[in-house]
Amino acid sequence: MFDNLSFNSNLCIVFEPQNILEMADIAEKVKSIIVEKLGVEASEVTPEASFTNDLGADSLDTVELIMEFEKEFNVSIPDDQAENIQTVGQAITYLEENAK
Amino acid sequence: MELKRVVVTGLGALTPIGNTVSEYWEGLSTGKSGCGPITKFDAEKFRTRFACELKNFSVEEFIPRQEARKMDPFTQYAIVASDEAIKDAGFDMEAINKNKVGVIWGSGIGGLKTFEDEMIYFGKGDGTPKINPFFIPKMIADSSSGQISIRNGFRGPNYVTVSACSSANNAIIDAFNYIRTGRINICVTGGSEAPVTIASVGGFTAMRAMSERNDDPATASRPYDVNRDGFVVGEGAGALILEEYEHAKARGAKIYAELIGGGFSSDAYHITAPHPEGYGALLSMIDALEDAQIKPEEVDYINTHGTSTPIGDPQELKAILDCFGEHAYKMSISSTKSMTGHLLGGAGAVEAVASILAIQHQFVPPTINCKDLDPAIDQNLDLTLNQGKARKINVALSNGFGFGGHNATVIFRKV
Repeated sequence: MFDNLSFNSNLCIVFEPQNILEMADIAEKVKSIIVEKLGVEASEVTPEASFTNDLGADSLDTVELIMEFEKEFNVSIPDDQAENIQTVGQAITYLEENAK
Repeated sequence: MELKRVVVTGLGALTPIGNTVSEYWEGLSTGKSGCGPITKFDAEKFRTRFACELKNFSVEEFIPRQEARKMDPFTQYAIVASDEAIKDAGFDMEAINKNKVGVIWGSGIGGLKTFEDEMIYFGKGDGTPKINPFFIPKMIADSSSGQISIRNGFRGPNYVTVSACSSANNAIIDAFNYIRTGRINICVTGGSEAPVTIASVGGFTAMRAMSERNDDPATASRPYDVNRDGFVVGEGAGALILEEYEHAKARGAKIYAELIGGGFSSDAYHITAPHPEGYGALLSMIDALEDAQIKPEEVDYINTHGTSTPIGDPQELKAILDCFGEHAYKMSISSTKSMTGHLLGGAGAVEAVASILAIQHQFVPPTINCKDLDPAIDQNLDLTLNQGKARKINVALSNGFGFGGHNATVIFRKV
């Protein structure tokens, strides 16, 4: 009986609507984190924009951004993959593929 | 080697009784208390639930939010007070040699709030160290002097002195020495602290060092009163621009006073308790007088360390009597901590500013809240109780003593 209950509750969690992030939501959240942490205008946060070259981030800002993405989207981004996230678009794509 | 003269050409203050130098002086001269209930954290379960916090202070009016969030409050305060002092000094920033401008700051602790927040966040996690990359640069005490230099492009000597509550006096003396030996022309100095935090208030109350007068915070800081029961913690910053005299004269600078001497000593006695005979305090004052090459009789005003602790206050007064003899009765003495609370590493800075303003205005700020003078204290000393007063002040001396047994004294003279 208890096994059945836990099976059912697991099912509920999997299909909880708020646990499914829409792709548009991910892009918006990524942008708002970048605006908040780097103090830039939302209009500057285009998919092509590079954190360091276009948005004024230094190496510590970049580390902080990755940590914020991890926190917000409940993912763990390994260092070798974090190195490849240099632009807004790369962050969005990575999180769309990996966010839980 | 002939030493150069060093003068004060700019002042800044961000204190619990005023957010600018003029507001600070208004508070000092009228005997205003900066104390009130703690608003910075929930202090309900703390033995002490009050402090001298800054009032109506919004950092974003001074520093853009994106920069401010990478600074601990103690650094934000340092920036605000040093900005005021630099502006007050009226430098032509294009004309001065910025390679010969130092920043030597004092802080007793550094970024305590930053440290607490990060460790609380870690403690709530599963043991994975998700430490913010700005944690270390925000927390370290020298981030204050570093940020001041980055903001202004000052490339001379740059560091922070840490000697608990004498930190800022040590910073001022170091700055003094670099200028009078000709190494630099100008130095931004002073000190700041942001100690209204859980670890600080919890830690100091555990030592029974803080007042627990929760029913009447405004009168809790009451140096020399028989019922004093500890210090009241305060936050903020004081800033001074020290400048080589000829350099200041050449650019037509306004001169507040001359810094004529700095003295220091160590109690070599106990990590927190002052020497029972006030011997370290005495040595520090003697050292400062010798450095200034003045006679004890020339000192008109002493801004005491006077923290309102039962054991600290009488020892300092005993040292003053031992140092100045009969002249001790002719001087004016006061503890402005009765109004500002105790700014720890920033205390020496705001009190140096108070001493300089006392010279400028020829007015002694009071020791407030002393209702019943402690009978153990010499009743003939002029402790400027409860009401400030006008008097001739040619020379003012300011003491700072810190846990660890550090003592440092600075002496200013009217120019």
